[in-house]
Amino acid sequence: MNILNLFKVSINAVANNKMRSFLSMLGIIIGVAAVIIMMAIGQGSKESIRKELSTMGTNLLTIRPGADMRGGVRQDPSAMQTLKMADYQRIVAEKKYVTYVSPEVTSGGQVIYGNNNTNTTVYGESPDYLDIKQWVVEEGDCFTEEDVHKAAKVAVVGKTIVTELFNGADPIGKTIRFKSIPMRIIGVLKSKGYNSWGMDQDNVIIAPYTTVMKRINAQTYFSSIVCSAITEELSDAAIEELTQILRENHKLKGEAVDDFTIRSQAEMMETMSTTMDTVTLILVVAAAFSLLVAGIGIMNIMLVSVTERTKEIGLRMAVGATGAVISLQFLIESVVISVTGGLLGILVGFSVSEFVVPMVGMPSSVPAWSIYVSFLVCVVIGILFGYIPAQKAANMDPIEAIRHE
Amino acid sequence: MAEEKDSRKVVIELQDVKRYFQVGSETVKALRGVSFKIYEGEFVTIQGTSGSGKSTLLNQLGCLDTPTSGEYILDGTPVRRMSKNQRAKLRNRKIGFVFQNYNLLAKTTAVENVELPLMYNNKYNAKQRREAAIKALQAVGLGDRLEHKSNQMSGGQMQRVAIARALVNNPAVLLADEATGNLDTHTSFEMLVLFQELYKKGHTIIFVTHNPEIAEYASRNINLRDGKIREDTINTNIKSAAEALAALPKPQDD
Ligand SMILES: Nc1ncnc2c1ncn2[C@@H]1O[C@H](COP(=O)(O)OP(=O)(O)OP(=O)(O)O)[C@@H](O)[C@H]1O
Ligand SMILES: [Mg+2]
Repeated sequence: MNILNLFKVSINAVANNKMRSFLSMLGIIIGVAAVIIMMAIGQGSKESIRKELSTMGTNLLTIRPGADMRGGVRQDPSAMQTLKMADYQRIVAEKKYVTYVSPEVTSGGQVIYGNNNTNTTVYGESPDYLDIKQWVVEEGDCFTEEDVHKAAKVAVVGKTIVTELFNGADPIGKTIRFKSIPMRIIGVLKSKGYNSWGMDQDNVIIAPYTTVMKRINAQTYFSSIVCSAITEELSDAAIEELTQILRENHKLKGEAVDDFTIRSQAEMMETMSTTMDTVTLILVVAAAFSLLVAGIGIMNIMLVSVTERTKEIGLRMAVGATGAVISLQFLIESVVISVTGGLLGILVGFSVSEFVVPMVGMPSSVPAWSIYVSFLVCVVIGILFGYIPAQKAANMDPIEAIRHE
Repeated sequence: MAEEKDSRKVVIELQDVKRYFQVGSETVKALRGVSFKIYEGEFVTIQGTSGSGKSTLLNQLGCLDTPTSGEYILDGTPVRRMSKNQRAKLRNRKIGFVFQNYNLLAKTTAVENVELPLMYNNKYNAKQRREAAIKALQAVGLGDRLEHKSNQMSGGQMQRVAIARALVNNPAVLLADEATGNLDTHTSFEMLVLFQELYKKGHTIIFVTHNPEIAEYASRNINLRDGKIREDTINTNIKSAAEALAALPKPQDD
């Protein structure tokens, strides 16, 4: 019998027993859909994080206190207070490969206006910050170096603050309170929406770093310093320059390790990608296990089917089918089941990834190769788990098989 | 005796065929040395008490099994040393089986059932298969029921489809095991009429049956007992099944 006819026979057998075929496909459908959805979410998150990080400026450099933590060693809290005013001033004075610099001090808490309040984070920055982050003041103005110098009680707020505290009314000139410090609003930021972690990027207040340091936090160190290199290509040179300045300033000589860490945006993206890849891999492996279970399900049903059709197998052998042809018939049947299940799974997985996942606000992008791989995996599952039932059929004795009731 | 010198073509030749089964420590001697020749165009019935070895003999003739000793030559081909696959091919080309319980494929049309043996013969394409199947169905009087499904047919019709399936590959010999065993008297005679027609067209038929009456409609009768031939007689006075059918009372629902 030629392959085409074998396919016809197998498809008929599957179609003649729709309910059972569907049930044996169900595992594959769910497994494949799960794999595709996981990969789509993984890929989607990666893409959106990348996009976000690159809109933040690919030339962004972040200096954090403490040695490089990637080794996983815990550091004592004093190591986190190494970035001081003197560092900032010296960077500003000597920078060649760096355009903008802003120290950063943050404070989280409740902000109040009249009877309204909301939880937010106050970012203490220099006026350079908006240029580094490529943020835009939509109404009013940003604070100036003068305000920084005086530790002025002024703030630029995000759109969410405007909605939450002012019900959308014009907030310019109004005074809000944060940790009992009154601050006059002098500007409103253009809306940025949510980022891929689901964080509201409009729920921010930006104030002069001196204000946050002295009046709110009463601290003498920065939580970080953000800079922008002249161009992305000059990031490495800028890192070199900053390292030089800070080591000198911190009196680190010879073998002494840096008590700060400088990360470029490119590196951040790399780290993010690797983390996302790991998470995706774990999820996909979990989903792949369900495919293994689905394969065993198919094998079960095929074994039952072979036993039920003993008489048919006997007849086919009596009229001239060889064991190999019988084996191929059942192997193809099992592949037809797993591939049909796989195609339905791809359809379900694709639809869910494209239409349902975005509805719940998660990023998703189906990688084309995940569809090809799923398809191939289904073919392999069909052959692998169809093999034992097919052998069972092929090894039947025609005399006994045909007498079987 | 059938052993006389004869110019007719020998289709089947058994030479001292023995078939023993090992059941635990016991040896069941189902065939204890059977020899005979069957010539082209004979209509042979094989009879004998239950357990006398009729089915075992038919399995040998149908190349479904091989002898423990002795030789079986089918249409000039020695079978005993053949591999499983070679025997499958031989069955496909030279044997037509009719089983007691029809053995049609479920939910499958008459034509498709009849095409089945040709599916395992790569010399036929789809068109040739269908043509051969239609011809075979016409030969058994089902030319107007080609697309009927197996579960929409009566026992007699199903057995006709099974006979058409056995004929479709132009076999050297037609083997039937209790082919009328599941049918009522009237339908059994209809089947006999059909077998006699095939006999007259020159088909070689071997028909295993419990019913001694059927021997009167065949050209030769072999009687088995305990795995040996007890009697092998030529019937010179073959009765007409058609006449016997006409003499039967008509079934009620006709
Ligand atoms: N596969 C087998 N294994 C063991 N013994 C067998 C096997 N097949 C047949 N026999 C034995 O061989 C003997 C002949 O059996 P066979 O089926 O040929 O009889 P039969 O003449 O066809 O009987 P019936 O009229 O009841 O169909 C019996 O004793 C049976 O038990
Ligand atoms: Mg029997």
